[in-house]
Amino acid sequence: MGILDKHKILETNASLLFVFAFLVVTIGGIVEIAPLFWLENTIEEVEGVRPYSPLELQGREVYIREGCYVCHSQMIRPMRDEVERYGHYSLAAESMYDHPFQWGSKRTGPDLARVGGRYSDEWHLDHLRHPQSVVPESVMPKYGFLENRLLESTHVRELMETNAIVGVPYTEEMLENAVADFEVQIDPWGDTDGLLERYPGAQARNFDGQPGISEMDALIAYLQMLGTLVDFSTFTPDASR
Amino acid sequence: MSNKPEKKEVETTGHSWDGIEEFNNPLPRWWLWTFYACIFWGVLYTIAYPAWPLLSGATPGVLGYSTRGQVAAEIAAVDEANAGINEQLASADLTQISANPELQSYATNAGAAVFRTWCAQCHGSGAAGAKGYPNLLDDDWLWGGSIEDIHATIAHGIRNETDADARFSQMPAFGTDELLEKEQIAQVVNYVMSLSGEAQNPEMIAEGAVVYEENCAACHADDGTGDRTQGAPNLTDAIWLYGGDYDTLVTTVSQARYGVMPNWNARLSDAEVAAVATYVHGLGGGE
Repeated sequence: MGILDKHKILETNASLLFVFAFLVVTIGGIVEIAPLFWLENTIEEVEGVRPYSPLELQGREVYIREGCYVCHSQMIRPMRDEVERYGHYSLAAESMYDHPFQWGSKRTGPDLARVGGRYSDEWHLDHLRHPQSVVPESVMPKYGFLENRLLESTHVRELMETNAIVGVPYTEEMLENAVADFEVQIDPWGDTDGLLERYPGAQARNFDGQPGISEMDALIAYLQMLGTLVDFSTFTPDASR
Repeated sequence: MSNKPEKKEVETTGHSWDGIEEFNNPLPRWWLWTFYACIFWGVLYTIAYPAWPLLSGATPGVLGYSTRGQVAAEIAAVDEANAGINEQLASADLTQISANPELQSYATNAGAAVFRTWCAQCHGSGAAGAKGYPNLLDDDWLWGGSIEDIHATIAHGIRNETDADARFSQMPAFGTDELLEKEQIAQVVNYVMSLSGEAQNPEMIAEGAVVYEENCAACHADDGTGDRTQGAPNLTDAIWLYGGDYDTLVTTVSQARYGVMPNWNARLSDAEVAAVATYVHGLGGGE
């Protein structure tokens, strides 16, 4: 009977059993995970997706810190009802610079993957201050305090460098201009040419209408660009997925 | 085990743990065959559906299934089923929709679905609006309440930067831009409140009338009834978008208000815009 009769050796030796069990799990893991790193269609190439601008990145940090992902997903699944409600289904490439991704797993509130441009800045401001003032049936908490928390530009560059370490292709030029880009994005009189060249499609304006760069500005800047980078009028999905 | 009579002789596995031995009963046949069938099914499944990772992608599977293909097919099926009536709706003369009961019924229902998905967040699920977001149930319209006007507002939006045809008006910020003195703003607010019957200080009203005449009448009209071609609200009807109390009106005159609405022609189809225009027009205030 050969090798099949040898199981007594494993069953009576805990350390050996652990080693072999680990080997089996490792093989399973490699078979499932490893191909994702070489399959060309894991993340299809899509035009338009770029790293977050410094202000958007700060807004994303606020989004993560406040746990928005607990109630809001950022993942429109390929199903008719979702596509009709939220827009084109999400593409892997659209969250390729998210570390960590914000796909979420529960929708107490609506999906936010394509919330950019859907509402005015003023609406976001009203809604974040007091969600029930615009959506009476909402159970979302108030986030008005974000207006009073001003952001310093001290760690903007470090934040981008941290993202660069895990694979976001921030260029040297982007890093050098981090603070300037961070500040100019909410400056209505500022020269945003450089910002828009480095981050095409970035929304540049004073989002909360108040002086200073508040966490509210950053969060709204982030929300207003979500899902807006890919031009779906020119995008043809790879059908074999 | 030991106190039950054994039905038949079963061998043990030969293992012994502290004197405890284990019978080597064969697996039940039904279980074993189900197990083999599952393996067989699994192999067929990986042939039929996308499964095995190769060099550039996974095997596509002989059935040609993909989640993207499925959602595209579902959407295409619905689009095709509604193609006739959507075509009719998109090309219909808006004022004639109500003359066609079938089209009217379809447009109202489709429009209600569009409204709840895209419009309710600002205008409320019952369309009664909120502070800063107009009530669509009443007959007070900023830019006009005919179905064509409503359609144009929905399609192009208000004060957005994405549609060149967006409705646009800009009331001066009389306080922030120092066009009026504080005293003059107080006077004109008194006057404006008196237009809708909110009695205020008579002296201030008289002075406010002069300020109004010089600064406001060009858009809001001499009698305060507004001008829809400029989106200037009627000030005499006691319906207020941001509030009609003294303090709110001082803020409105001082800083002006610039509400924004997206252009829905970018997100919705022509038929959907026509449908939601029909729905809003039919809510009660349509003209």
